[in-house]
Amino acid sequence: MQATTHTAPHVGDHKPHHEEPGFWSKYIFSTDHKIIGIQYGVTALAFLLFGFCLMLCMRWQIAHPNQVVPLVGPLLDKFLEDGKGGIMTANLYNSFGAMHGTIMVFLAIVPLAFAAFGNYVVPLQIGAPDMAFPRVNMASYQFYVLGGIVMFVSFFIPGGAAQAGWTSYSPLATSIATHGQAFWLIGMVCLINSSLLGAVNFIATIIQLRAPGMTWMRLPFFVWAQFVTAFLLLLAFPPLEAAGVMQLADNLLGTSFFLPTGLAVGGKLADISGGGSPLLWQHLFWFLGHPEVYVLILPGMGIVAEVIANNTRKPLWGYKSLVYSVLAIGFLSFIVWAHHMYLTGMGTKISAFFQTTTMIISIPSVIILTCLFISLWGGSIRFNTPMLFALAFLPMFGIGGLTGLPLGFAAADLHLHDTYYVIAHFHYVVAPGTIFALFAGIYYWFPKMTGRMMNEFWGKVHFWGSFIFMNVVFQPMFFQGMQGMIRRMADGGLNYTSALHPETIGGLSQTMMSLHTVILWGAVGLGLCQIPFIINVFASMKSGRKITSDNPWNATTLEWQTPTPPPHGNFEHAPTIHRDPYDYSVPGAAQDFTPQNQAKP
Amino acid sequence: MIELFSKLLGLPVLASENGQAVDELIIYIHWLMIALFVGWFGYFVYCLWRFNARRHAKADHHGVRGHMSNYIELAVTVIEVVLLVGFAIPMWIYASDVTKIPNAKDAISIQIVAQQFAWNARYAGKDGKFGQQSMDRVTGDNPFGALAEDPNSKDDVQVLNEMHVPVGKPVICYVSSRDVIHSFKVIALRVTQDAIPGMRIPCWFKPTIVGRYQINCAQLCGNGHSSMAGGTIVVDSQEDYDKWLATKTPGGGSYE
Repeated sequence: MQATTHTAPHVGDHKPHHEEPGFWSKYIFSTDHKIIGIQYGVTALAFLLFGFCLMLCMRWQIAHPNQVVPLVGPLLDKFLEDGKGGIMTANLYNSFGAMHGTIMVFLAIVPLAFAAFGNYVVPLQIGAPDMAFPRVNMASYQFYVLGGIVMFVSFFIPGGAAQAGWTSYSPLATSIATHGQAFWLIGMVCLINSSLLGAVNFIATIIQLRAPGMTWMRLPFFVWAQFVTAFLLLLAFPPLEAAGVMQLADNLLGTSFFLPTGLAVGGKLADISGGGSPLLWQHLFWFLGHPEVYVLILPGMGIVAEVIANNTRKPLWGYKSLVYSVLAIGFLSFIVWAHHMYLTGMGTKISAFFQTTTMIISIPSVIILTCLFISLWGGSIRFNTPMLFALAFLPMFGIGGLTGLPLGFAAADLHLHDTYYVIAHFHYVVAPGTIFALFAGIYYWFPKMTGRMMNEFWGKVHFWGSFIFMNVVFQPMFFQGMQGMIRRMADGGLNYTSALHPETIGGLSQTMMSLHTVILWGAVGLGLCQIPFIINVFASMKSGRKITSDNPWNATTLEWQTPTPPPHGNFEHAPTIHRDPYDYSVPGAAQDFTPQNQAKP
Repeated sequence: MIELFSKLLGLPVLASENGQAVDELIIYIHWLMIALFVGWFGYFVYCLWRFNARRHAKADHHGVRGHMSNYIELAVTVIEVVLLVGFAIPMWIYASDVTKIPNAKDAISIQIVAQQFAWNARYAGKDGKFGQQSMDRVTGDNPFGALAEDPNSKDDVQVLNEMHVPVGKPVICYVSSRDVIHSFKVIALRVTQDAIPGMRIPCWFKPTIVGRYQINCAQLCGNGHSSMAGGTIVVDSQEDYDKWLATKTPGGGSYE
């Protein structure tokens, strides 16, 4: 490294003075951003797998209603009140559905994309020794674990976990007599606190702790994405936290913030004062819910941008457009929420407003995708595992984004709302979209975390299997939804088939129903393809090929200019930044990459 | 043409006049989506082939240069503008017709109240006027909270799950719910409206084909959600509809 050509203050020349911390303070109660990042990553991956297993049970029930679930049937029977006989009852289906959504969004993707990668990579990429508030960082992880425990435990309480969908619409969320919803709300409050603490920390870190010379326009795009994400979390979550506490009061204290007058559940007039508004909950929920969508996708875009720049061996095309677009998305994402509510009768004028903003927000999204596509032009593309995942992100996210268009128009949404089309749409954004980006990130940064490469062959098996089965799972749902198959049906729409109701016009066809079986086996295949990944992670940690350089991908960004794995304090010499983030293949340079901290000649 | 594309996309049978605009919009947008995706994807695959490291060992620091980038940016902007100005804005005008409630004088009005897990409907009867309602009167037998003492409610008709409407005439449904949120959806008629307790929201359709149509509940409403499939809309000829209505016993606050 040529960093010695200038006079940098030597912060970490010698080993830290304090004692080497013990196991507990090093791995469990750590304040080191890298350990916290890994803690987040491992926990979130475990929840990702758990959320996936819930979905497998649901897909079985949809394809084979009321038949004993193979393999896990005995577990359902033994541990869950609503799983007697190993069969998914409607109650159990609804609670798995609610918890699949909750776990995937709040306990898996956000912690993995924002907290895990953000924590590990952001301070390294901006040349900081740690996060701005290491203890707040630790508290953020602890709140997250607490929220996860509350959510997990709720499966085993009498009546089971929440059953009102991840959106928890009142009055359903309040009218179900069990305590699953109360657990859900308490869990959510913990998770929201966790995200808020994390968001504050990221914002402070990125503003304050950038190394000398790391100007805003020299930040790697990943840092920009995380920066905007942090603001989204900070500003969008508090309304939901307030709403959550209000719904908790509705549930436990007999208030009626979200319950109207004249409510008669089960034929009996509810014993409440009334006067509340179910619509208000939806507004508060989606005020978070939509920015949350961008919380899910922006870090993924950031990772993809890093991996593409590195593996095309050239700078990202339109870096400034990318930055301005991500900022525009951040602002606009706060004024599109009610496009989830076109059918609530909130009024045509307000629908018109939200249609406009929805179309406008598609512009920066398209610009980002276009910049990434154009970045490929003129590159020298290396097809390693992280790059395969990053490349697959582009068309998959493209499908997810494009199919959002018909849903964004109130009139088209009239037919497609709450059908399988919607499920396919947002899963294309989040599953082969964000999750592929996250896999790309894992394969890409694994050598920095462990000093060893992950196995390329099994990585490619993992990629191609996941790529094929993701599409087998989600592509048929577009057709099912187009025909009008409604989501969240515990029997997959059996009661609406033309086979069961030959006298009616427009029932679901047998073809659409048989696609359920295709999806089920696609999902099973998708699950099997994750086995090589899990084994690869552990096996490579122990016996993967050791890297011979701290910068095995020949990357330009700062996280690769540290020792491997980076020690406490990260850098041997506090870095000074001299150039743009992606100086690949600079004409006249000795090698095809020039690190950001390399002085100009 | 539209019918062919509708088949290609897999849209279900259409049995209402209002649904025409919905289907056309869906079809146009999908054409646009497919065009965009095919364009992107073709370019993408070409790039992967052309700039494979084996074929193109040395990357070009500048990538797309000169006019090329301007053209691409211009193309993207034009497509977006077409989408916004050419689509979104005219579509509001067009689509607001879809949701614009027709004049009640020319239409049949029905009140619909959803409950776990069935559909109640109320007709105004011969006088064409609904009797007054009050939320205090809502009980198990009186989901509409109808005031029996109001003379207008004497000939009102309440039915459970099976509602008849005449063909070729706009039907306005005032949709509500008495317990949790449901959603009133009849796929072939292209009508969807959330049924939200405490709100009464109008929606409408104009059926064109005589027959029976299942009412879907399109919003998760509890453990009976998937079996809340007993509701039917029966589209009759005007005579059959009149006959059917005449067989119903009017009554203010209870079912026949």
